[in-house]
Amino acid sequence: MLEIILERFSYIPIIILMMTGLYVVIATGNLVKRLVGLSLFQTSVFLLYITMGKVFGGQPPIIAGDAHGGDAGHGADAAAGYGAEAAAGHAAETAHHVAEIAYSNPLPHVLILTAIVVGVATLAVGLALVVRIREAYGTIEDDALNAADYSLETGSAE
Amino acid sequence: MDHTDLTQYLDYVLIAMLLAVGFAIVRLRNLFAVVMLTGVYSLLSAAWFVSLDAVDVAFTEAAVGAGISTVLMLGAMLLTARESEPAGAKRHWAALAVVVAAGAALFFAIPDMPVYGDPNSPANSYVGMDYMSSTPNEIAVPNVVTAVLASYRGYDTFGETVVIFTAALGVMLLLGFGTGRREDDDDAAAGKAAKAAKTEDKA
Amino acid sequence: MSPHLILRVVSKLLIPMIVVFGFYVQFHGDFGPGGGFQAGVIIAVAVILYALIFGMEEARRAVPPAVVRYGAALGVLIYASVGVATLFMNGAGEPLNFLDYDALHPDQGQHTGQHYGILLVELGVLTTVASVMLAIFYAFAGRVPDIPDEEW
Repeated sequence: MLEIILERFSYIPIIILMMTGLYVVIATGNLVKRLVGLSLFQTSVFLLYITMGKVFGGQPPIIAGDAHGGDAGHGADAAAGYGAEAAAGHAAETAHHVAEIAYSNPLPHVLILTAIVVGVATLAVGLALVVRIREAYGTIEDDALNAADYSLETGSAE
Repeated sequence: MDHTDLTQYLDYVLIAMLLAVGFAIVRLRNLFAVVMLTGVYSLLSAAWFVSLDAVDVAFTEAAVGAGISTVLMLGAMLLTARESEPAGAKRHWAALAVVVAAGAALFFAIPDMPVYGDPNSPANSYVGMDYMSSTPNEIAVPNVVTAVLASYRGYDTFGETVVIFTAALGVMLLLGFGTGRREDDDDAAAGKAAKAAKTEDKA
Repeated sequence: MSPHLILRVVSKLLIPMIVVFGFYVQFHGDFGPGGGFQAGVIIAVAVILYALIFGMEEARRAVPPAVVRYGAALGVLIYASVGVATLFMNGAGEPLNFLDYDALHPDQGQHTGQHYGILLVELGVLTTVASVMLAIFYAFAGRVPDIPDEEW
């Protein structure tokens, strides 16, 4: 059991960080700080995804060995097309590179890359809402907001 | 393997710093400090992303998380409040209960997760690694992340672009275009009074 | 007389470099870390820095909010039209696929179509992201009263 946990040690701090964000979201009444907690949670989820895609001894998923990466595929296809020796050699070399070097998993990177940008977009909308709430109510503490709503409701109840 | 060990120690330091910043954000009530610490948190996680081989993600996190988010939060903070009220004791215990329960559930799930750094784990076995092997032959772009982002998952990225556009639309609808002085700048007070009247009417 | 002389001089030097770096990130995204999302943010940051140092009025003169608004839509339009173009550029008998970049160029061997497609699509992403980040910043900053000098 201990070994199972130790092999997956990276999840423990990430879960703690996620829960820190969740705590801020629940425990604070201040809407700006609540959004901060949300982005804390969000960043921790990004960390969770990226640690899953890590490979020990791996390289970033940028195919090595060519400043002429464009030529790599070119070489492979040219070799198929007219069997030019140099091109074939080049293609083989590239294939060799891919087989030999371990790369980390690019898929989580792509997913999280877009998630980060979408995250800031949603954060912006949330902050805009908070700003409007401040303008309408004069406060961003949710207890005060509830009280204001309650008094409005009871005040104009006919 | 020495190399791996060294990065692991770096990871421990970064994790410790992340935890420290996270707890500081919980404790602090000055919103300016909280917002700046969020930027620090983003930068630290960007550093960890680099050590996890996710260079593109690190780049984005550093630019977006530490840059734009911080600027937006500072702007929102200027428009709203500088201090947050302390949480009530009831709320604190309720939040703690939720967090402990959720955290316990997540800890319970840890043994089912893929092993950290295992090249043969399910997470690293199928489609992700297929992209690694097929990109040189099909897209011929060295950066596989770009190839997957723009070509294999181009439709996905199109959706993300539309989402971002929609977010800008939402912010502009909520806050106006930001074209300089507000229309009701001269009679801001009158406008506010009218707005208050409107909200009352609605209620 | 400007109260932030050093900031102004330094940022005048920095801003062009930030923009150039943004374009480097954009067009080098195929070879190293980077791409439309990051480049868009970096270019937006250059304008935001300008706005912070020289004031919102100046920034609005340099990059008018109307341009930003059109830019946000234009980027999505570029992206979508690349997809639509691939629908029409396919040869007879080939399946019609949205965003199938191979249709953009007849030379299949070198994947030129793919490279064109990625370039154009990233350009769309760059335009949208840069414009959107600026639009959001303008929307927030349009409401912030100018920061008085003693608060710097």
